[in-house]
Amino acid sequence: MIIKCPHCGPREASEYTYVGDAKVIRPDHEDNDKDKWNDYVFMRCNPRGKHSEYWQHTSGCRAFLNVIRDTVSHKISNVILAGPWKIEAKK
Amino acid sequence: MSGSRLKHHGQFINYDKPIKFTFDGKEYHGFLGDTLASAMIANGKIILARSFKYHRPRGIFSAGPEEPNALVSVRSDGRLEPNSPATTIELYDGLDAYSQNAWPSLSFDIMSINQVFSPLLVAGFYYKTFMGTGQKFWHFCEHFIRRAAGMGKAGLEADPDRYEKSNIFSDVLIIGGGPAGLSAALQAASNGETITLVDENKHFGGSLYEEQGTIDGKNSSSWIEDTLKVLSEYDNVTMMTRTTVYGYFDDNTLGAVERVADHKEQPRKNEPRQRHLKIFAKHVIIATGSLERPIVFAGNDTPGVMLANAALRYANRYGVCVGDNVAIFTNNDDGYNTAHQLRNLGVNVTTVIDVRKKVDQTLITDNNIKYITGNVVTSARGGKALSVIKIAPYDMPTKTIGKEKKIKIDTLLISGGYTPTINLCSQTGTPAVFDNEIQSFIPGPPTRKWEACGAVVGNFTLEEIFIDNKIKNGNKKAIPFALTDIPSSNNSAKKFIDFQHDVSVTDLKIAYTEGFRSVEHLKRYTTLGMAADQGKTSNMNALAIMAELRGVTIPEAGTTRFRAPYKPVALGTLAGRSVGNNYRVIRRTPMHDWHLAHGADMIEAGIWYRPQVYKKNGETITDAYIREATAVRNSVGIVDVTSLGKIDVQGPDAAEFLNRIYANAFLKVPIGKARYGVMLREDGCMFDDGTSWRLSETQFLMTTTTANAANVLSEMERLLTLIWPKLKVHVSSISDQWAGMAVAGPNSRNTLEKVIKDIDFSEEGLPFMGVTDGTINAIPVKVSRLSFSGERAYEVFTATHHGITIWKNIIQAGADFNITPYGTEALGTLRIEKGHISGPELDGRTTMSDVGLGKMASSKKRYVGSVLKERIGLTDKMRKTMVGLISHDYQPLKAGSLVLEGSKNIGHLTSTTYSPALNKYIALALIQDGNTKIGNTVTAVFPLKNEKSSALVVDPHFYDKEGKRLYV
Repeated sequence: MIIKCPHCGPREASEYTYVGDAKVIRPDHEDNDKDKWNDYVFMRCNPRGKHSEYWQHTSGCRAFLNVIRDTVSHKISNVILAGPWKIEAKK
Repeated sequence: MSGSRLKHHGQFINYDKPIKFTFDGKEYHGFLGDTLASAMIANGKIILARSFKYHRPRGIFSAGPEEPNALVSVRSDGRLEPNSPATTIELYDGLDAYSQNAWPSLSFDIMSINQVFSPLLVAGFYYKTFMGTGQKFWHFCEHFIRRAAGMGKAGLEADPDRYEKSNIFSDVLIIGGGPAGLSAALQAASNGETITLVDENKHFGGSLYEEQGTIDGKNSSSWIEDTLKVLSEYDNVTMMTRTTVYGYFDDNTLGAVERVADHKEQPRKNEPRQRHLKIFAKHVIIATGSLERPIVFAGNDTPGVMLANAALRYANRYGVCVGDNVAIFTNNDDGYNTAHQLRNLGVNVTTVIDVRKKVDQTLITDNNIKYITGNVVTSARGGKALSVIKIAPYDMPTKTIGKEKKIKIDTLLISGGYTPTINLCSQTGTPAVFDNEIQSFIPGPPTRKWEACGAVVGNFTLEEIFIDNKIKNGNKKAIPFALTDIPSSNNSAKKFIDFQHDVSVTDLKIAYTEGFRSVEHLKRYTTLGMAADQGKTSNMNALAIMAELRGVTIPEAGTTRFRAPYKPVALGTLAGRSVGNNYRVIRRTPMHDWHLAHGADMIEAGIWYRPQVYKKNGETITDAYIREATAVRNSVGIVDVTSLGKIDVQGPDAAEFLNRIYANAFLKVPIGKARYGVMLREDGCMFDDGTSWRLSETQFLMTTTTANAANVLSEMERLLTLIWPKLKVHVSSISDQWAGMAVAGPNSRNTLEKVIKDIDFSEEGLPFMGVTDGTINAIPVKVSRLSFSGERAYEVFTATHHGITIWKNIIQAGADFNITPYGTEALGTLRIEKGHISGPELDGRTTMSDVGLGKMASSKKRYVGSVLKERIGLTDKMRKTMVGLISHDYQPLKAGSLVLEGSKNIGHLTSTTYSPALNKYIALALIQDGNTKIGNTVTAVFPLKNEKSSALVVDPHFYDKEGKRLYV
């Protein structure tokens, strides 16, 4: 699998580390609700098709990427920098 | 069947270069250009191995990578390679090969008694007989069964040869250099794109060598020669032979193996034996061709039964005649072509048996051949060599045979049509579609950037491949007459489908009777197609027979998806150079050479090498660590702590950030002070521990455990990027930039005072947990008063390139106090005596409360893991908590031992040592409800070595619980 890093260009998946589902929102840091934290840590959807997920370019620029990957075909339809930067990979 | 040479023939053979080789220790002769199989046939030997399950003698069946029978071991000692098809082994002078699955010898095999029991050894036999009767019986029998049913044995010695890896980036990858691949390369070459053309054989050309037609007026051999010449003149075309593409992975990434030196006795100096290629291709052209399909009838595995096309290749390419009296059993026109070509090459083909009643009369051209149409071969017999076949008229719709007639022959060639080699297409996930004309599956529409051409899509003839070129008198298309297994008058004779896994028609019928319908289930229950050859010769026949049993069509029965590898890949090739010391990255501290020069035994700690002990005058490891730990308690020791993870945390919100990720308070750490902190994971379990030193209002130097350094950094980056992007903090790893050493013991202050003149080491100047800067001979150092050993101690950090200088300076300064370098063993002893946790206790399952740090966690703030730390499972009273153990028997305790209370297992030992301070063997252990067990006696057992010892449960702080030694 090849992921196009917005900084470094197309690189093999072995350079990256899978970080997790990008749709899962961490509860507010001050939130005390165990169920919310339980959902955040343990509950995941397992969709067939497009999946929005975080990858870190650990052996490259170390940026976190938001990758839209099809779980059936492994086709990656979009990669953007995750976090406060929203730079898309050049197509 | 008695093979011989057909002098004057053999396009690949160099008769001027005779070759000597051995098989099972006996010497044979061949010629340069031979394969092991062709040379053995020429020597009159066709049985090279016995079968997998029944140990039946099996003859060479094919002339290529589809070979199911003739699997041999080649070479010996470290270079031994088992399960190699003899049909793909290129002969070289001195080659040694060995038969497999035969004991004591190939001609007399005791295990062939399995044939007598064969009615028992049918599909699912092992499951039914052993698995159902309980595990014990299976475990008892497993050893014998695995020994009896096996392939070749792997060698026990290390392979002395080198294996390389390399990457290829190509606009176009063409897989297969037969007629379709070569013509595709010709077309693509002129548009300037980079093209890589690979073929798994020694020669490009594929099936063209047996093609009788002309292309552009040239015969096929000269066309191949001319085409290769044209292609070699293009700079953008790379051509590779002996290269097998075994896997087609995501994003047009393909795996291939180039057999660089397998055809030589030994690779040249610095030449790899094999090279693994990772090919990144923008576009892939799959021209993998097709393989001839057998016909299933009784006794079809008798040595002397062979694929028709294989016999033709042996004659045409290697000048080898497969037998003296040859018959061909066919269901398509290609069988006639093969018969006539064989006769032209001098092979005595006497009979052609065709299942079809109506045959194109223009095929019947040779007066020396007896053509018998509308007939089938109902059985083949002869034990170790075919001697007689029975034929009978056949009525396909009713599946009945007429009166049988015997024919004496020594070789029977079978031609059941061709099966496209769709493996790589199938690997991409494209479903196969059934082509009724050729009675086989072809690739469906591609979902990725590849296309298939030639025989792999059912275009078997030159006219279909070379649309623009003028083809004359090309070979006729093999359109097979649909056929499943042929009835026999002899019900006990086995009809094999998968030769390599000994799966017969009976096995399929049993599987069907027992309710297996899906081809996926069928495959797994009977193991059909699951051998090393991936059912290259068996899959289509099996699908046809299964479809017939179910009363459905073949496409309705469906097919399975092929998986990589298309051909087995040696582990050494996948490992490449990542073996031995190159297995992974090694990090050495700047003091590494000093350690070695002073008798250190080095040990791996994560990716780092650290001294385990420094041996003096023939000491054992135990002697050495006891001496080292004692020296620390009594005077002073020094240990290399460079491997600790070090992270620079900077920014206006640095303190706020650390306060959120450590479970204890960090907001108000004063400048010039360090604090011990524990990090949790989001799920509330312990993640890592270490100290963070506040260097300024906005800067901390964080240390982590050696093992977790990379994970801690990634987690901090995740939180800062994805969760709290507004925090103004930046983190970076400085592990490699700083060398560190800990100076520990009552004389540590005296030692350092001698070399660091610009630091006030008084209680006020550098209090416990204080951090300050100084110099040693003008080299800047950072000194913190921290202790892992429990003694007064200092950590001294400096730039990596100054590490060894600082180390030597401190050693010199400590000479008056007999400063003792110590390793990880003594470090462990000292921390166990103090009940300090380390890797074995931070096992990813423990909580702060489990290891006695519960009170340290702040209740006044939220931090990572603070909510889930309180979930029911993590606060259960019966959780294992950390205690100390002291051996009653003055016996060493083993880490990993189970702790028994009575006969109940209540936990396990995590860290063990001999304690010089207590003069006892001690351990840390995690046991259920440990705090209430203090004072009890438990048993530590190590069942693997049948060891047992009795131990007293104590508080884990064995030594100086009050911490007075920090101020000595």
